[in-house]
Amino acid sequence: MKHFVLASMFAGAIAMPAMADYTIIAPANPGGGWDQTARTMQTVLQEEGISPSTQVQNVPGAGGTIGLAQFASQNKGNADALIVGGYVMVGAILTNNSPVSLKDVTPIARLTGEYEAIVVPAASPLKDIAGLIEALKADPGAVSWAGGSAGGTDHIAVGLIAKAAGVDPTKINYIAYSGGGEALAAILGNQVTAGISSLGEFDAQIKAGTLRLLAVSAPERIEGADAPTLKEAGLDVELQNWRMVAAAPGLSDEQKAKVTADVEKMVKSENWQKQLADKGWSDTYLSGADFDAQLEKDVTSTEAILKDIGLVK
Amino acid sequence: MGAFDFLLQGLATAAEPMMLLYALIGVTLGTAVGVLPGIGPALTVALLLPVTYRLDAAGSLIMFAGIYYGGMYGGSTTSILLNTPGESASIITALEGNKMARKGRGGPALATAAIGSFIAGLIATLLLAFLAPSIVKVALVFGPREYFALMVLAFVTVSAAFGDSALRGLTSLFLGLALACVGIDQLTGQARLSFGVPELLDGIEVTTMAVAMFAVGEALFIAGQRNHQEDEVTAVKGSVWMSRRDWARSWKPWLRGTFIGFPIGAMPAGGAEIGTFLSYATEKKLTKHPEEFGNGAIEGVAGPEAANNASAAGTLVPLLTLGLPTSATAAIMLAGFQQFGLQPGPLLFATNPTLVWGLIASLLIANAMLLVLNLPMIGLWVKLLTVPKPWLYAGILLFATLGTIGANPSSFELGMLLGFGVLGYVMRLFGYPIAPIVVGLILGPMAEQQLRRALAISQGDWTTLVHSPIAAVLLGIAALALIVPLILRARGKGQVLSQLAGDED
Repeated sequence: MKHFVLASMFAGAIAMPAMADYTIIAPANPGGGWDQTARTMQTVLQEEGISPSTQVQNVPGAGGTIGLAQFASQNKGNADALIVGGYVMVGAILTNNSPVSLKDVTPIARLTGEYEAIVVPAASPLKDIAGLIEALKADPGAVSWAGGSAGGTDHIAVGLIAKAAGVDPTKINYIAYSGGGEALAAILGNQVTAGISSLGEFDAQIKAGTLRLLAVSAPERIEGADAPTLKEAGLDVELQNWRMVAAAPGLSDEQKAKVTADVEKMVKSENWQKQLADKGWSDTYLSGADFDAQLEKDVTSTEAILKDIGLVK
Repeated sequence: MGAFDFLLQGLATAAEPMMLLYALIGVTLGTAVGVLPGIGPALTVALLLPVTYRLDAAGSLIMFAGIYYGGMYGGSTTSILLNTPGESASIITALEGNKMARKGRGGPALATAAIGSFIAGLIATLLLAFLAPSIVKVALVFGPREYFALMVLAFVTVSAAFGDSALRGLTSLFLGLALACVGIDQLTGQARLSFGVPELLDGIEVTTMAVAMFAVGEALFIAGQRNHQEDEVTAVKGSVWMSRRDWARSWKPWLRGTFIGFPIGAMPAGGAEIGTFLSYATEKKLTKHPEEFGNGAIEGVAGPEAANNASAAGTLVPLLTLGLPTSATAAIMLAGFQQFGLQPGPLLFATNPTLVWGLIASLLIANAMLLVLNLPMIGLWVKLLTVPKPWLYAGILLFATLGTIGANPSSFELGMLLGFGVLGYVMRLFGYPIAPIVVGLILGPMAEQQLRRALAISQGDWTTLVHSPIAAVLLGIAALALIVPLILRARGKGQVLSQLAGDED
C-alpha cells in the first residue's frame, strides 16, 4: 500500500503521463494564489470535460521567474503546456533581471484579479485616507507600511500612492513581509502605521472591526467594502493584482486559437463562476488583443514606478 | 452551548465510521510523506485538494488534519532510524535519536517520539480549543524586535548546546548564517550572492541542505571509514519498548516540549523549528545525564518531538482566529476552508462553530489513531537497522535524491545536495557539529529580516531593541548564556567550569 502511495505521489508530483492533456505549471509553492489558480483550473477543466486529465506541477521560486524560465525553455511548440502567472511576475522579471520575460511565452488571458486595500489598525488615530496622506506628506519615513514582498504589487501600490501625493517615492518606509497574511499580524499588533494588500486578505478583520479600511485601488467603489477609491481621494492610482494564464512559445495560430477557446469555455462555465465566488476572486477575464494591450501598459508603468522606488536601475 | 459541548458534538461527528476511514487514509498518507525527505505535508494536501472537493467539508478537513499530524510523525521515524530528517521540524530529533538507534535503542527512541507526540498533540489541541482567542492576543504583542530577540536567544543557546566546543559550534552557526544570505533580500528585493544562478534567487532550500548534511554527509563518512569497526550498529539491544527508566526520563521533557512548542507555533512568525531548538537546549541544560547528550540521550528526542507536534497545533491558532497561515500546510488548509466558502478569521468561531469544533475533534482522533498505528509498527521499523550497511546507505542516498528531485525538479538542486553532502562529510571529519549550520540557515533570514524591520519602523534607532520589555528580557538571557561561561573561564574557576563543561562546551 505504502509503495503504491509513494509511487502514485511521485507520479503526481513529477511525471507527465502521455494521457494528460494540459499540464499547468504553478510557478510558486503549494498554497499561494498562483497554485490555487492552477488547481482551480485543473478542477474545472476536468469536470467540464475540456481536458479530462489535467496535471498541476509546482516550480517555485523568485516571484515565478524560475518557473517561467523553465517553462519557456522546455515547452517550445507544446500546445498542451500552460503556465499561471500574474502581475507580481511583471515586477519580479524586472527586479530580478530575469533573462526570460512574458514576451517569451504566449499570454492567453487574464483570469481573475483582486484590488488593493489600505488599512490601519482600529486603534489608529488616522480616520481616513486624507489623514494618512497628510502624515505621509509631513514625514514620509514616519509612516511605515506593511505589505507583501519587496517589488511586489503592494510595494508598487505604495510607490504609486506616494508619487500621486507628490511625495518622493524613494523616501517611503515600506516593510516587506512574505505575504499579506504575515503583514496582517504586524498591522493587528500595531507595529506599523498602515497596511496594504489584497482586499481579501483583510476582509474578515475589517468586518470584525479590528482593522479600518481607508481606501481601495479599484476604478469604482467595491460592493460590500465601505471605503472610497483612491481616485475619489484625489490620488490618480488604479491597480489590480491580476492573475493570468499563458501558453508555450512558438505555437501556431491554430494552436493558440484552440487554447484560447478552451480557456474561454472554462471561464464561461458555471463551475468556474462558483469556484470564484467561493474564493472571493472577481472575474476579470480579458483575452486577445485587449489583454495584450493591457499587459503592455502594465509592464511600462511597472517599470517606471520600480525605477522611481529605486528597485530597478 | 459552551465550548465543551461543541467539542463533544465534534467528537461525535468525527467518530462516525466514514470519518474514521478518512482519518485513517489521512494519517497513512501523512506518515508516508513525512518519511520521504523533501515531499512535505503541504504538497500532499495540495495534491489531495481537488480529490477532497467531492467529500463534504467535515470529511476533507479530517483528512487534512490526519495528513498534517501524520507528516509530523513520519518525519521523526526517518530522523531516528536513518538520520534523514523528513522535514525541517524533525532535524533536531536526528541528533540524539539516531545515536540511540545505533546503540540498539531505536525502539525506545521511536516510542518516546510517538508517545511524546501524542501527549503534546493532545495537550496542545485542548489548549487550541479553549485558549485560542486569548493566545492570539498575546502572540500579536510579538513585533519585529521581540522576534529578533527570540532568534538571538535561539542562536546563543544552540551554538553553545551543540557539539563539544563552543568555538566549533559558533563556526558552524556562522557558516549557516553566511549561506542564509544567499538569495533575494526580502526587504529590498535585490539578489545577493546568487551569481546569476536563478535557482539561488530564493536562497538555499532548507530541506535539501539538511538532507545533504545529515544523510549524504553521513553516508560519505561511513563509506570513508570502511576499515573501522568500532561504530558497530546494534539493531536491538534490550527491550524494544521503553523501560521504567525511559519513562521517568521522558515525561518531563514531553511536558516542557509541549509548553515551549505550542506558544511558538502560535506566533505568526514562529514556525515549528524554533520550538524544537529551544526544547533541545532546555533539555540539555536540565538533564541529570549531560554526558549522554550527543551520544543518544532520550530527553533529546522526547522534548523536541513533543515540541514539534505541539507547534503543529499551535499553527492552527493564528489560522483559525486570524485567517493567518503561518506554514505552507496551513496555507493550503486555508485554501481548503475557502473551498467550502468559509473564511477563517475572528468571526469563524462564532459563525461556524460546528466545523471548527469538528476540525479540533478530528485532530484529537488523528492523534490517537497515529499512536495506535505507530506503536505496533516500531518492532517492524527497527528491523530496518539490521539491513547491511552498504545496502542501507545506498537506500538512504536513493531516498534522499528522490525526495529532493520530487520536491524541486532541477539538476542544480541535485548538485547542491551533493555539494553540501561533501561539506557535511568534511565537517564530520574535523569534528564540527552539523546542527548549528542548519539552524543558521533556517533562522538567519528570519533574524535578519526582523532586525531590519524593527530598525525601519524605528527609523534607524537601535535603542528600540531594548525598549520593549519582552525583547530586553530575552536579549538579557541570551547575553548571560554567552557571557557567564566566559567570565567563569577567565577567573579560572576550574571546578565550576568542569561542572558546566557538559552544558556549555
